[in-house]
Amino acid sequence: MNLYLAYQGLIAFVGINALLALSVYATLSCGQLSLANAGFMAIGAYTGALLTLHAPGIPFAAVLLASALLPALIALPLGLPVLRLRGVFLAIATIGFGEVVRLGFVNWDYTNGALGLVAIPQRTKPWILWLTVLAVLFVLGRLRGSRTGYALEAIREDEMAARTMGIETTAYKLAMFSFGAAIAGIAGALEAHFTFIVSPSGYSFGRVVDMLVQAIVGGTAYFVGPVIGAAFLTLLPEALREAGSRVGLSPGPFRLFLNGVILLAVILYLPDGIASLPRRLRRRVRG
Amino acid sequence: MLALHNVLRAFGGVRAVDDASFTVERGEVHGLIGPNGAGKTTLLNLISGFIAPTSGTISFEGRSVGGLAPQRLAALGISRTYQNIRLFAGLTALDNVVVGQHLRRRSPFIPRLFFSPAARKEEEAARARALEGLSRVGLHGRALTTAANLSYGEQRRVEIARALGAAPKLLLLDEPTAGMNPPEAHEVGRLVREVAREGRSVLLVEHNVRLVMELCDRITVLNFGKVIARGTPSEVARDPAVIAAYLGDDSGGAEGGGAA
Amino acid sequence: MGQQVLNGIFVGSIYALFAVGYTLVFGVLDILNLAHQAVFMLSAFFALVLVEHGLSIWLALPLGIVFGGLLGIGLERIAFRPLRGRAGSNLSGLISSIAMATVFEAIAAQIFGPDISRFPQGTFPDRMISLGSASASLLQVCIVGLSVLLMAVLTFLLAKTRLGRSIRAVAENPRAARVLGIDVDKVIALSFFLSSALAGAAGVLFGLAFNSISPDVGRSVELKGLAVIILGGMGSVPGAVLAGFAIGLVEVFTVAYAGSTYRDAVSFAVLFVVLVARPRGLFGQVAVREA
Repeated sequence: MNLYLAYQGLIAFVGINALLALSVYATLSCGQLSLANAGFMAIGAYTGALLTLHAPGIPFAAVLLASALLPALIALPLGLPVLRLRGVFLAIATIGFGEVVRLGFVNWDYTNGALGLVAIPQRTKPWILWLTVLAVLFVLGRLRGSRTGYALEAIREDEMAARTMGIETTAYKLAMFSFGAAIAGIAGALEAHFTFIVSPSGYSFGRVVDMLVQAIVGGTAYFVGPVIGAAFLTLLPEALREAGSRVGLSPGPFRLFLNGVILLAVILYLPDGIASLPRRLRRRVRG
Repeated sequence: MLALHNVLRAFGGVRAVDDASFTVERGEVHGLIGPNGAGKTTLLNLISGFIAPTSGTISFEGRSVGGLAPQRLAALGISRTYQNIRLFAGLTALDNVVVGQHLRRRSPFIPRLFFSPAARKEEEAARARALEGLSRVGLHGRALTTAANLSYGEQRRVEIARALGAAPKLLLLDEPTAGMNPPEAHEVGRLVREVAREGRSVLLVEHNVRLVMELCDRITVLNFGKVIARGTPSEVARDPAVIAAYLGDDSGGAEGGGAA
Repeated sequence: MGQQVLNGIFVGSIYALFAVGYTLVFGVLDILNLAHQAVFMLSAFFALVLVEHGLSIWLALPLGIVFGGLLGIGLERIAFRPLRGRAGSNLSGLISSIAMATVFEAIAAQIFGPDISRFPQGTFPDRMISLGSASASLLQVCIVGLSVLLMAVLTFLLAKTRLGRSIRAVAENPRAARVLGIDVDKVIALSFFLSSALAGAAGVLFGLAFNSISPDVGRSVELKGLAVIILGGMGSVPGAVLAGFAIGLVEVFTVAYAGSTYRDAVSFAVLFVVLVARPRGLFGQVAVREA
């Protein structure tokens, strides 16, 4: 019984991390590196937690909707000035946003500042989580082959050239930025209602780095990549934890070390991520 | 259809385009030639919205368009290709041309979530049109090849097909035959003529002077950002200012020297 | 008021020292090196270990600086050089640096544990100096002095030596530099050495100044560092120096007059305002908006 419960937690985290990785993928799919999603996740998590704690009659679906909507709305005025910035500057601006949000919550007495909120009822059930993941995957999947999907890929490849084809690049980037914010927000709420707590330390820069790493390792050419990356990087350290501790390695640093090494290996040798392995192997076999 | 009046574009102290004025009529193939660095690509960048004129007016179909964003100009009917080829390298040739059709597609996203048959048909129609566009440039068989794996000449042809995908009223071609062998270049020439017969205007920047002489209804010659000659091919060929400008320049000589 | 200015200069000098290396690498490679803070952190630990084994701080500091520089060379070799020439290498470089930072942090966490480590008592003579109505500790004065010295050395190097000219040439246009006969690979490696050596210096000095070293000490400084290099202008060393002091002063005055809750937020406010209003920062040359 304990074993099942332990695994259930792990599987849930795979789902939550999958959503987070997908939220980063949303902006990467049109070539924008946005590192704001820890901030949006925090907004969604706190929104959901506050609603549940102060208005317990509201159905969970509505809570989740609110925790997706608020970040999505905030993303719009934020994105307008910020998405005009080139590559690394966009990344920096969004890192800044994430930090401002975190600091805001650390200093907000209404939410107990650095201590955060506790005793949030566990409303997240596996089916709700996985339904959300599937819904996001569905939307992303339907994008392929659509006019919007083509436009996003064009923006990713060459934004200026895309503009000369009549593609309103700012509108599309804003839409994906907002969509990513919504996914991160709902993931935050789902996590909050699973782990019973929200606290600012869970939404640090390190968190968004984790999301990015999982998306990259899984692969950002296909929308299933981030899910694969999340699963891989959530499960592997757990699987190796036994072996690691036998050699005297503490679990925290070990997981961190694995993350770093895997990420380095992927970016150097398998830049399109794990999802590109089947294609590569097929080519090697034919070759 | 397209008219430039006293267009000036300066970068700091350098006048890349200086007091340029010329017009392009509907269905005309208009050549833009001149030695390297004469300002031809800058002019194309001005017309397609990459940069704004420092002063002067650019008008298209009667309305002033100088300084408008590239998307707006595309929506008004201006398409272009690039000197350095800006294909979407990771996409297939077919997908590149499909992107080119962006302005012609009516495809709201919500119905797609419900697998609407109308949406599917629209997508199939877009791909079919794109395939036709590729056939037109002779690349039907390379439709599913990733753009990065195409030969140089093939890439240029895909770029033209992509630019045509939006059914433009004005097509800007920036050295479309650079790096092509004579038969390929000839095919491009034929395509340009065909496009003009459809009622589209073509502004053709080229170093292949012979091709320009054969193809163009009228030519504008630039040197050091200024218009030094305008007129029909034969007028321009006889113009002493043009001859002087080219005598000092090697690149025009190689292709232009083989004139029949 | 004078005391606040002194405090601001003190804090600012460390920010500036950190940011200068950060911006140097960006100027040369167009890559944001997010492992810079990990070098900062590891060098601090290195110096700590040396001091704990009986070495004087006056030896441990230069050794820490060299250690940082060597880490930088290793970083460049492992994480950045293989990516050169790849399309989209800016994003890959960023991610690669994240990977290395993670590895460095993991190693530090494994060896030293997650808690705060401190320099042993007596590492640095405990004396106060008074300047008019204000006072500073000898440590603070030395830190400011050393930071300024190191930054001056770097500035001199960049402006007057052949290496400096080569670095600037490569920063301007790597291909042209290669054509001119400059060994671009070596110049890049040396830039990393300089940049990371300065990070190492900043790390040891920070560790001394705030007497607090932990595997994640680099994270918050890194984020401040971002505000500094954006304000100063990406790639501009003088900009980073000025901006470092500016932000140090702004922070100290914010705490003095508005309370410490806003201390960290103020650098991010600066970051945003700069990015929205004048993305180039003070002296930046790099294109910031989409072409």
